[in-house]
Amino acid sequence: MKRVGVFLCWCGSNIAAHVDLDRVQEMSEDLGNVVHVQQNKYMCSEPGQETVRKAIQRHGLDRVVIAACSPRMHERTFRRTVEGAGLNPYLLEIANVREHCSWVHPDKETGTPVAIDLVRTAVAKAVQDVPLQSSYAGVEKRALVIGGGIAGIQAALDIAGSGYEVVLVEREPTIGGRMAQLDKTFPTLDCSSCILTPKMVEVSQDPRIRLLTYAEVESLAGYVGNFEARIRLKARSVDFVKCTGCGDCWNKCPYRTPGEFDLGLGKRKAIFIPFPQAIPSKPTIDRDTCAYFQKNGKCQVCKKFCQAGAIDFEQTDEILEEKFGAVVVATGFDLWDHARYGEYGAGEHPDVISSLELERLLSASGPSDGHLKRPSDGREPKRVVFIQCVGSRDEAKGVGYCSKICCMYTAKHAIMLKEKIPDSQAFVFYIDVRTPGKNYEEFYRRATVEAGAQYIRGRVSRIYLRGKQLVVVGEDTLLGQKVEVEADLVVLASAVVSRADAPQVAQKLGFSYDNYGFFTEAHPKLAPVETNTAGIFLAGACQGPKDIPETVAQAGAAAAKVVRLFAKDKLETEPMVARVDPEHCAGCQWCRPICPYQAIGMETLTERPGGRRVTRRVARVNTSLCHGCGACSVACRSGAMNLLGFSNEQLWAEVEALCL
Amino acid sequence: MKVAYYPGCSSHGSAADYDRSARVVAGALGLGLVEVPDWNCCGASSAHALDHQLALDLAGRNLALAAQLDLGGVVTPCAACYSRLNRAHQWLGEDRRRWLDLAARVERPYRDVGKPRSLLELVVGAIGLPAVAERVRRPLQGLKVAAYYGCLMLRPPEVARFDDPENPRSMDDLLRTLGANPVRWGHKTECCGASLSVSRPELVRKLVDDILDNAAAAGAECLATACPMCQANLEQRRSADRTMPAYYFTDLAGLAFGFSPVDLGIAMHLDSSLHPLLSQGQGGDRP
Amino acid sequence: MPLAEVEPKIVAFFCNWCSYAGADLAGTSRIQYPPSVRIIRVPCSGRVNPRFILRAFQLGADGVLVAGCHPGDCHYSTGNYFSRRRLSLLRRFLAYLGIDERRFRVRWISASEGPRFAETVKEMTEELRQLGPAQKVAATSVD
Repeated sequence: MKRVGVFLCWCGSNIAAHVDLDRVQEMSEDLGNVVHVQQNKYMCSEPGQETVRKAIQRHGLDRVVIAACSPRMHERTFRRTVEGAGLNPYLLEIANVREHCSWVHPDKETGTPVAIDLVRTAVAKAVQDVPLQSSYAGVEKRALVIGGGIAGIQAALDIAGSGYEVVLVEREPTIGGRMAQLDKTFPTLDCSSCILTPKMVEVSQDPRIRLLTYAEVESLAGYVGNFEARIRLKARSVDFVKCTGCGDCWNKCPYRTPGEFDLGLGKRKAIFIPFPQAIPSKPTIDRDTCAYFQKNGKCQVCKKFCQAGAIDFEQTDEILEEKFGAVVVATGFDLWDHARYGEYGAGEHPDVISSLELERLLSASGPSDGHLKRPSDGREPKRVVFIQCVGSRDEAKGVGYCSKICCMYTAKHAIMLKEKIPDSQAFVFYIDVRTPGKNYEEFYRRATVEAGAQYIRGRVSRIYLRGKQLVVVGEDTLLGQKVEVEADLVVLASAVVSRADAPQVAQKLGFSYDNYGFFTEAHPKLAPVETNTAGIFLAGACQGPKDIPETVAQAGAAAAKVVRLFAKDKLETEPMVARVDPEHCAGCQWCRPICPYQAIGMETLTERPGGRRVTRRVARVNTSLCHGCGACSVACRSGAMNLLGFSNEQLWAEVEALCL
Repeated sequence: MKVAYYPGCSSHGSAADYDRSARVVAGALGLGLVEVPDWNCCGASSAHALDHQLALDLAGRNLALAAQLDLGGVVTPCAACYSRLNRAHQWLGEDRRRWLDLAARVERPYRDVGKPRSLLELVVGAIGLPAVAERVRRPLQGLKVAAYYGCLMLRPPEVARFDDPENPRSMDDLLRTLGANPVRWGHKTECCGASLSVSRPELVRKLVDDILDNAAAAGAECLATACPMCQANLEQRRSADRTMPAYYFTDLAGLAFGFSPVDLGIAMHLDSSLHPLLSQGQGGDRP
Repeated sequence: MPLAEVEPKIVAFFCNWCSYAGADLAGTSRIQYPPSVRIIRVPCSGRVNPRFILRAFQLGADGVLVAGCHPGDCHYSTGNYFSRRRLSLLRRFLAYLGIDERRFRVRWISASEGPRFAETVKEMTEELRQLGPAQKVAATSVD
């Protein structure tokens, strides 16, 4: 026998005018388990709450039902109220007699029976309520940032700047990412390196940031506040403690290979730093190119010239196991491979290049020292055709979405072209020019008016060679004419796509990704930097195409979320979570794939039925990961899985009470 | 290997030379071509333009006849036939009830015996380039060839389902295997003018000249085609000052296999001149 | 028509994030609808066990309405996909049990779709009026 108190709120006249509360009271008093019924004009007011608290104490109530507005409005308020009277806050139920009754029914005649049903149902549920407790877990106040591009750099700096330790993991031998490869940035034409490298240096000098380059996260276990990461430090064959970064080794190394940083347009040595401002500024040996590794210990020129004795051919990969409280994923993007467009030459024309390759050709630190020369013969291109939406907005061959940044960087390229080669002419084939952003439209106007770029609305159907001359054939859809442009260089604005291994990364870290491989935010509007795994946040283009300011803003937001987490010493977990009854669990694991949070694991139980020792596997819910959706409780075949707060017993009681 | 062979109308008329070289090359590769008995028009050009159902039924009847030979799929040397047969095959594949409807109309049972293939598709696919390489007796000595694919062998891509419709490579690969040096050029898949050859010859002349000029600019010494219509237009509709010879890919394969121009019907071309690289050692030495 | 005088009773399961909020919005917008529906709050439509639905029909509910977030909008990212599959199977099972499947509806109602919610209740109530009251099934438990 429970002792339920029912409190009927008038909400001024909001409820009282459409529901005969005296009749509801009479009915309620007749319900089993109900020992006290009371009305109040405004139950949510302080005096109203006080009457509830007093009644709990005076009548020894152990369950409370409040018939008032929507629980989405005041459930939290009333939980605190009953808690104030010494009752567990989850021994409270609310009957929504305002939004779901008095406001939608015209008079007492129609409203009252509905209210009676709702109160009776709430009482039935309350009788089944059980006290629930939050649990608490500690927080490891260190953040793991994966990816050392501008997103990861910004997130690391912001978290470290708030006083917390950060480990920044980058797969390449240097941080800097895509932004380091760019020449200028739109719409200000700031030199990309000039604004990025100070931040890179800041990362290397911040004592709270531990920088791990040439390293990859192999696995991530645990949950918010308590992640455990395994990080592989790839062997660089250089002892960083001894190395001074003097550069003798890479100057003397006799072996060259096309450099990744220059997208193969320039060469680097087998022992190298990817670009002059690389951080760390110490070299790495690429074992696939190095003669020592490829030709049985021959060469060793670097070792001979290294005065610090830092070359270590015997170095092996190292595994690091570290604990973290939160993770920021900032793994960046790739460009769509335009070789998949046969009509654009299938990647076979050396003078048909991607926009990122053009960045390298424009860059003063690039393979041509900033002199724009075309790859085939080193000639200065005079007529340059830019093609927009290569792969983007092309559901047939590429991706359906807009890559967002191409319109703007193409305008930048047109301006840069005119600046570098004043007697040049840019032609831009476009579908739409999209310039939403501060000073973006003005910048595009600058490309057309000042730099004189000729924008042609239409798609290119073919790029072909007439002898040695590249010819671009397209349609001008505004004129309704076929156009042919002879070009010295063609630049393709290839789609921004997710990293090829993005799905594996998402699976490894435990959150979801979309059809294109971009990481999925927890909510498109209200949780754009969170993932659906608590404690893992997203920054930058790994979540979708973004320009630099947006990336920096998102990285700052991700850092703020991390800092918010670290501001607490203990994390309170939601008490309304799934729970397994191990007695009934058959260990079928049907619940595990249905859980969107990977919150269900297995544990081994040891029992001694009749003196025999028996072990069996049963499901176990990690309450730190569970969000309380209840999907598992329906999937469970043996009824072992239940959802606290919306338990099988509670919902069953509600159905039965409603159908009386 | 034996396959049902659907020659199409050109092969028995204006492109009898193609038919001859196709049979010679097929024979040399151990491929038996069994002509589909009582075959009819594939439905290209007129039927296709006037009555889609009739065009499908015409091609469908040929497929039904080919299926009765019980040799597996059907092969055709002509790109237009290839397109029509594939369209009908695909249409029939979409709904099995169409099989019965077709059978009632053409008075033959229909059975799906696989995607109709072009001769080129069969040679580079089922037979394969290693087998071709083994058969080469007189490599083409780096002859610079512009492989010309035209349209219907590749497009519409969902019908042809063969090679990259924008940047095909299969014929280039075959020519390389034969010892030729296929050039990289821009007009591989441009339109030859097709049947506009009859109604608007001047327009076709421009298209053909563009193709020949682009091949010449790329350094090609001759063209290779895989379609009687393309071949006819390239030879007939060119301006008088264009002299680049156009061969069927089977001509070049046959020569590389050691057959004579006469065996291959090259003499029946409008321009039957042989490039010097091809005419060396003509005569005996028959394999 | 005597049938119309008895208001049918609809047992409704509404997910907390979208549909329950949509019904709240109908309230705050004062959109009137028939006093037939009684909403049970659940965290997610994926929490609705078909046995709850069958129990409601067994006890004589005239209709059952399950509402959740639109596909793709689930607060828990995938819950409504599970309920969509699960409940379309249940629908086929209803006929086998002798329950008219028109008594059972699944709707995607977002937090902004107060009018759609009210419209759904109106339509469903009208249809249930036409169908007449449901029969209580024998009182043996389906549990």
